[in-house]
Amino acid sequence: MSFWSRTARVAVSLVVLMLLMAILVELTPLGENKWMRVFFGVSALNFTLRAAIPLVLGALSGILCERSGIINIGIEGMMLAGAFAGFVAKSSTNDWPLYLSLVFSVIVSLGVGGLMGLLHGMLSIRFRMDQIISGSVIIILAAGLTSYLFDRDAIADGKFTPIPIPLLSEIPVIGPVLFNNPPITYLALLLVLVVHIAIFYTRWGLRTRAVGEHPRAADTEGINVNLMRYLNTMLGGMLAGLAGAYLVLEAVGQFQEGMTAGRGFISLAAMIFGNWTPFGALGAATLFGYTQALQNEFLLAGVTTIPRQFVSMLPYVVTIIAVSGLVGRVRAPAAIGRPYDTEGGR
Amino acid sequence: MMSNPVLEVQEICKIFPGVVANQDVSLSLHSGEILALLGENGAGKSTLMNIIYGLYQPSSGEILVRGKSSKMRSPRDAIGLGIGMVHQHFQLVPVMTVVENVMLGSEMLRHGFLDREQVSQRILDLSRDYQLEVEPSTLVEDLPVGIRQRVEILKALYRDAEILILDEPTAVLTPQEIEGLFEVMDLLRRQGKSIIFITHKLKEVLRIADRIAVLRQGKLVGEVTPSEASEPRLAAMMVGREVMLQVDKKEAEPGDSILEVKGLEARNDLDEICLSEVDLKVNAGEIVGVAGVQGNGQTELVEVLTGLRPLKNGILRIGGHDLSGATPREITDRGKICHVPEDRHSYGMVDNYSVADNLVLNSYYRSPFAKGMTIQRESIDTNAETLVKKFDVRTPSVQTPGASLSGGNQQKMVIARELSRPIQLMIAAQPTRGIDVGSIEFIHQQIVAKRDEGIAVLLISSELDEIMALSDRIVVMYRGSIIGEVLNKETTRQELGLLMAGVKSDSENIQHSAP
Repeated sequence: MSFWSRTARVAVSLVVLMLLMAILVELTPLGENKWMRVFFGVSALNFTLRAAIPLVLGALSGILCERSGIINIGIEGMMLAGAFAGFVAKSSTNDWPLYLSLVFSVIVSLGVGGLMGLLHGMLSIRFRMDQIISGSVIIILAAGLTSYLFDRDAIADGKFTPIPIPLLSEIPVIGPVLFNNPPITYLALLLVLVVHIAIFYTRWGLRTRAVGEHPRAADTEGINVNLMRYLNTMLGGMLAGLAGAYLVLEAVGQFQEGMTAGRGFISLAAMIFGNWTPFGALGAATLFGYTQALQNEFLLAGVTTIPRQFVSMLPYVVTIIAVSGLVGRVRAPAAIGRPYDTEGGR
Repeated sequence: MMSNPVLEVQEICKIFPGVVANQDVSLSLHSGEILALLGENGAGKSTLMNIIYGLYQPSSGEILVRGKSSKMRSPRDAIGLGIGMVHQHFQLVPVMTVVENVMLGSEMLRHGFLDREQVSQRILDLSRDYQLEVEPSTLVEDLPVGIRQRVEILKALYRDAEILILDEPTAVLTPQEIEGLFEVMDLLRRQGKSIIFITHKLKEVLRIADRIAVLRQGKLVGEVTPSEASEPRLAAMMVGREVMLQVDKKEAEPGDSILEVKGLEARNDLDEICLSEVDLKVNAGEIVGVAGVQGNGQTELVEVLTGLRPLKNGILRIGGHDLSGATPREITDRGKICHVPEDRHSYGMVDNYSVADNLVLNSYYRSPFAKGMTIQRESIDTNAETLVKKFDVRTPSVQTPGASLSGGNQQKMVIARELSRPIQLMIAAQPTRGIDVGSIEFIHQQIVAKRDEGIAVLLISSELDEIMALSDRIVVMYRGSIIGEVLNKETTRQELGLLMAGVKSDSENIQHSAP
């Protein structure tokens, strides 16, 4: 079917291929080769997954917005706002039981992300602002506000820790990579499936896609175009907020100024590379995550033959290549970026 | 025969800022009836239908469905009352399948998920009942226009529509497809559905309608039955004055050969041969009509003649210059041709440009419109004022965007531009497609006037009436070749119809089976 596009297939095959290589490296004599371990060891995969999760969530955020016809260039800002909100919530509830405080903080991140989404929705729907500008405003606003409000003495105590899944985590290679992770990681992977099903198999998804492709057609069938768009930008904002929560509450444990470091933009690239499909985005995020993981692996293995700067460039180079369309054609929703007017003043 | 009406419209008024689109319009529709709503573009037909369908709110007036006063706040209300609409511009999502399009907004669910199978089955049942064959799992973008229209009708039937509004359904169809649509409409009528059929084509109205209501400038000007109506009478009601349906023209006086094409061959976008061995000659002072069912190479022929499509083989000579393989600008400049393209929105105008800018698209780069690197606004505007007056382009101002003009006025704008510089050959493709009678009349007069000035005219049209009304000579295209050539005064519709179907008239042997 149409949504199981070529790019999505390529991306998913990539993920499977990496897992297979890791199994070979860990379980066969192939692993005696140092380079093989650097490129395909379990630790490379662990790094990959950790780097990929915020990208996956960011890309899903983009998919929800853009499928409904709203360009979301502001993922970076929504992510940062979510991260900051999560941090504030966590550092002010340090005396609560750890898990309660963490879950509360995640909810706060989701809420603030959703509010940023709502703001983007209002700017681009109600006030008909150019959506690229509106997204940029979100980014600048988030960067400025979080930096201004950030209390540098605040400390967040504790973060999410891995929860091994019984039995599954015992499987060699796949177990430690996929089934011994902290909760937001599981949630993110689950969300890929959930969003996929929601978009292609539910009424909400059908309407979302129609609104993003041909709003007038949706309108003539009695669908409230702008309501669908508000809903989707808010949900998208929440997912970006979750990505922020991941950074603060699961990956790092603290907030740093500008800690999203361009992840929102790379998420956008993952969304485009994945042809606006959740699984495509997962594959693309994995690829981008892998390039980041390689940096760490090279560093740890003490590789000096390749200058470190070149390795650091890798994620961005791969992003540019992916978005420039060298890797197969992708198609954006047709009505993207255009405000919808009901004619005749209803 | 008069049962209670299923739909009544009472004294509907609709006022847009600055325009009265409908004024005191009252209509009624009975079950099992086809009511034709006739009117020129801009007469308020679509506005009225959009009001009935809940897309617009009336400024005043009332709508009664099955005797009950009903307010349509949105299409959802109209759909709920059994009203379905097939829009002039299809409201289908190209990248979705037929199933998805049909169920959009009225989805069938199973365990909370979309039930594509059940909807598919429903579509197949409906297509059997109403002879609307379509494959439910195809993507709409892969369907030809005629089939897309079926999908639109199926959408309405899937929602159990009892009242169907067909907004200009024939504008995009070939003569054969129109016949097919009429059969479907007749079937629907016999099954008790009521249809409002919007059009501005007189023949169609007389052919299929039970009653005809005529709108002019937002007002209902009369209601007649086909038996008491005639084409001239309907045309007069629509336009508000006598209209000449027959184009008045004298005998042609052909001069030197202007366009000469020999052994032309070209390929289409799929790299298949779409034109082969085309020989064609057009002389000064004559109109040569190219007839044929759409898709037999006419579009590609025009593209080759204007330099938009490369020619693989053959010779193209215009006014003595060999222009085989020349660029569009070389052809327009050296061949002194003008081109009225078949799709004005894609090739004839820039929708968002003002009328004034649209009027210099073919000459903005030269004096007096450009001086060195700068555009001369003043002369562009003066030029526009003159042309708008001369070609009767009705626009609030020359600064109005081209897109907000009616179809007929857009086409007059395109023609004004194309005829505004010295030419020796006019290539007009579907010059009156989808526009009103008044504009058609005007454009036809312009084309004949150009002929009388000694200009060679190549007219491509899928409307046989138009070809027969204007041409001096007629060539018929079939499967990328010219299958026959006749003199207009010596031919008949039947003969042309056979040629269009690929049957050679002289030998009566069938050349090919139909496409």
